[in-house]
Amino acid sequence: MNWKPSAEIAEIRARAQLLTDIRHFFSAKDVLEVETPLLSQATITDPFLFPFTTDFSSPFATQSQTLYLQTSPEYAMKRLLCAGIGDIFQICKAFRNEESGHYHNPEFSILEWYRIDFDHHQLMSEVDELLQRVLACLPAEKQTYQEAFEAHLSIDPLTADLSTLKQVATEHGFENIAENETDIDVLLQLLFSHCVEPKIGQDKPIIIYGFPASQAALARLSKEDPRVAERFEVYFKGIELANGFHELKNPQEQRERFENDIAKIKHLYGTTRPIDENLLSALENGLPDCSGVALGIDRLLMLKTGASHIKDVLTMSVSNA
Amino acid sequence: MANFSTNEFKAGLKIMLDGEPCNVLENEYVKPGKGQAFNRVKIRKLISGKVLEKTFKSGDTVEGADVMDVDLDYLYNDGEFWHFMNNQSFEQIAADESAVGDNKKWLVENDACTITLWNGSPIAVTPPNFVELEITETDPGLKGDTAGTGGKPATLATGAVVRVPLFVQTGEVIKVDTRSGEYVSRAQK
Repeated sequence: MNWKPSAEIAEIRARAQLLTDIRHFFSAKDVLEVETPLLSQATITDPFLFPFTTDFSSPFATQSQTLYLQTSPEYAMKRLLCAGIGDIFQICKAFRNEESGHYHNPEFSILEWYRIDFDHHQLMSEVDELLQRVLACLPAEKQTYQEAFEAHLSIDPLTADLSTLKQVATEHGFENIAENETDIDVLLQLLFSHCVEPKIGQDKPIIIYGFPASQAALARLSKEDPRVAERFEVYFKGIELANGFHELKNPQEQRERFENDIAKIKHLYGTTRPIDENLLSALENGLPDCSGVALGIDRLLMLKTGASHIKDVLTMSVSNA
Repeated sequence: MANFSTNEFKAGLKIMLDGEPCNVLENEYVKPGKGQAFNRVKIRKLISGKVLEKTFKSGDTVEGADVMDVDLDYLYNDGEFWHFMNNQSFEQIAADESAVGDNKKWLVENDACTITLWNGSPIAVTPPNFVELEITETDPGLKGDTAGTGGKPATLATGAVVRVPLFVQTGEVIKVDTRSGEYVSRAQK
């Protein structure tokens, strides 16, 4: 049997130190550590995330109930924010089905935190501060999504139409995908992950912000330029490390985004997902102005230790868990 | 032929790409936190031998290639085709120049070769790792040189040219590694 841990003892120790450093970082800033449920009655509507489900057999019910393992603690933490808790952070496990590879394990660790009255730029600065602290790296550079595409592909991602993107994808050897693709965002994600990401953030972390409104997820749209969302991502040495939002507060707009996602899920897979009504009720009660970010702890540890595969920093990866 | 999804792409799977059968070498999962997942696949084209990377949307399917390897004995060359035989069924297959390629210089009668068939037709011929061939021409070496320093070119019965130690002479049979094209030793008597 393959009983041995996949990480060396040194990596397991490095994780303990990293978690200690993170907790010191937030405790010095009076950010409260919280814990929220891993199992939930509802889940995310992101069409490209696949939650694990399980069945709860209650001693007080005749039929079992479907529960979802969280893909991130975002909804539960936002409910705490709506209840008035203030600045919070959490270190927890998250679960995403269908994900496995050099940088993916279906069960992984997330650091997620929310800062009241921060916009996304203030939160980007704090992410930068944390990275410098725990990785001893250079200060991060910042670039908009639009600038990154213009620098590396000479196209404007905010105005390029489907046929332009198909042509650029074809020129870069992705004709098999471009041929039948009708979703602009899939082509943008293809070009970003294959033609931009490998070229950015090699010497120091880079924060890309101002994603297209169509990829806003749970970020609010920019008031100055509604074509972009106040969402950012952090990349370092070819690793996507963190994703943050200036959080959307409007419950009606949030509901519409959920419904659009579900329509997409029906179109793509012929299935559906429940909407998290508890989250929407909380938003109706009022989410304070805030920004939040989720950071992959295993990937952070990969950067810290120089590991090339996520299994090298996990005590046991899915292959021998 | 069946279709295969990207999550069935494992090293050794044979798929069709641009009308050419290919061998999957590696399959890497690439996914942005928000957005479409992709599989970046390293592939060897079996006819041109070219190695390339191809990206697919995760879950996309590709037609499989009807490719199989068979072990056959080399018989003879008729000037146009190289003939091989299954020594169990005595069934014969003829491979043309494009399938045999540079490996024609390593084909020794009765040696077992691996023939790669696509839709039943040979597209590649792989000789055994080691073959024994007679030297038809090489300069006489200096007498007394046994260390083999430097070496000299020697032409073999099939036309192949390999570097051999100075002490090896015309008419001798030598053992050659067909993967590197290098001399190994004199053949065992």
